[in-house]
Amino acid sequence: MEKIAIVGAAQTKYESRKADQTFYDMVFDVTTAALEDAGLTLADIDNIITVSNDFLDGRTISSMAVGEAAGAHDKNISTVEGDGTFGAFYGAMRVLGGFRSTLVVAHSKGSEGNPQFISNAMFDPIYHRPLGLDTTSAAALQANAYLTRYGITEEQCAQVAVKNHGNARHNPLAHQPLEISVEEVLRSPKVADPLKLLDCSPVSDGAAALIIGNEEIARKAKTKPAWVKGVAHCAEEYFLGDRDLANPKALRDAAKRAYQMAGIRDPRREIDVAEVYDAFSYMEPLWLEGLGLCDPGQGGQLTESGLTAMNGALPVNPSGGVLSAHALLVAGLARLIEASLQIRGEAGAHQIPGVKTALAHGTHGPCGQSHCIWILGES
Amino acid sequence: MSAPELLTMTSPDVGMPYEWSIGIYGSKFFQEIRAHQRFVGIRCPQCGKVRVPPRRVCGTCFRELDELVPLPPTGTIIAFTIVNYPFIDPATGLERPVPYTYGYIQLDGADNIFSHIINETDETRIKVGMRVRAVFKPAAEMQGNIQDIRHFEIIEVKHGE
Repeated sequence: MEKIAIVGAAQTKYESRKADQTFYDMVFDVTTAALEDAGLTLADIDNIITVSNDFLDGRTISSMAVGEAAGAHDKNISTVEGDGTFGAFYGAMRVLGGFRSTLVVAHSKGSEGNPQFISNAMFDPIYHRPLGLDTTSAAALQANAYLTRYGITEEQCAQVAVKNHGNARHNPLAHQPLEISVEEVLRSPKVADPLKLLDCSPVSDGAAALIIGNEEIARKAKTKPAWVKGVAHCAEEYFLGDRDLANPKALRDAAKRAYQMAGIRDPRREIDVAEVYDAFSYMEPLWLEGLGLCDPGQGGQLTESGLTAMNGALPVNPSGGVLSAHALLVAGLARLIEASLQIRGEAGAHQIPGVKTALAHGTHGPCGQSHCIWILGES
Repeated sequence: MSAPELLTMTSPDVGMPYEWSIGIYGSKFFQEIRAHQRFVGIRCPQCGKVRVPPRRVCGTCFRELDELVPLPPTGTIIAFTIVNYPFIDPATGLERPVPYTYGYIQLDGADNIFSHIINETDETRIKVGMRVRAVFKPAAEMQGNIQDIRHFEIIEVKHGE
């Protein structure tokens, strides 16, 4: 594969309500900031990918409304309605297809609509929607299936929330940096058994942008490039009942192909840091199992053992993860940006020393219907 | 420029009405509930798996399906969640009382998993592995939708645990 790299990136601060900004404003801000970060101008950008969702924006073909704020005037622009990691995947394909560069920008303002209504509307209107299924109750079912299968405890899930909210205290962009205890997580209000309030990510407003370039653009950019070593995605069935919720099959497939592409044989040893899509606390261990970073059923012990802590052998979500900031669609792109910053050595107070290989994970669809895995390297 | 007062705009309260086709097999599924108080699934000629509700395609094999299989109104709880936040039923506009229990139920004779409400909200009285039975509305009240199944009820409580 021709060499491509992430050469610039930017994120807004994640907040519950950005009253002073339209989504158009956020897109403009992160587009400008990503160009500035890369030391490039719009003339260096050959094409644009926007990432948005019509229901979240309350507008049909809402992507049409942000093109100019994304710098797309006179440029080739296209849209992905999915997680930002999938938008970036499309962007990478376009660079591999002959463009020098792609700017990928994702936005969402969960504060403007009704996230429960919008996530209920994701499900089948004949069989599932009338029963009230939404992102949270679907996740609760998955958590119940996963915890029951392997005897993983609610305490082990709570440890993930404590770790990631704690990590977020070192990330000035995080929405919910918190110093909390396992007991506080366990005592927080029951949302949908076994999920408590502090097992669930907040709904955030935010936007993020990154620039993917070929070698020419990587040389021109002022940043240290985060080279794309491997990338793959995979999806499974739409109906939850057609899947084994405790076994993330699509994630295993995507990870296997991304590792193969990156030449990774022993991911546990070769990956220095991982940013994964922990929309709910149980998801971090479940996704780590799917990523082959531990055996099935062993994910629950990783936080307790300290392996995934900031100073552990495999730090996971040093940024605070999705538990600490969850702008829908943006959150996967944020994982990829965080991974690129770790490679650059520019993750600030949550930088892990000596990162050579970083993994970023995004997911889309309820209970991880589809997954996109990125492996970034410093050379 | 001094910071202006920040205004917002509220969307007009109009719905976005749809009339979704339920399809041939979906229609059969609801008609079978009304006529016989039982379910119907569909078997894949290639992998042999029975899926419910019935649909035209086996996603795994990408084979067109046509062999409908009657299924009893009984099954086993595979996973469940007791939900503690309100839900506005889009069909009635009414708020469902909380808590309610959403169940992931393997119907006897099916290979995939069906989902519906289980009428047990006491966490000490519900467990994965319990047997459940569908409780239907009286046939005269059925409307050909998923609410023709009122809920599932637990039929066997394992004692001595």
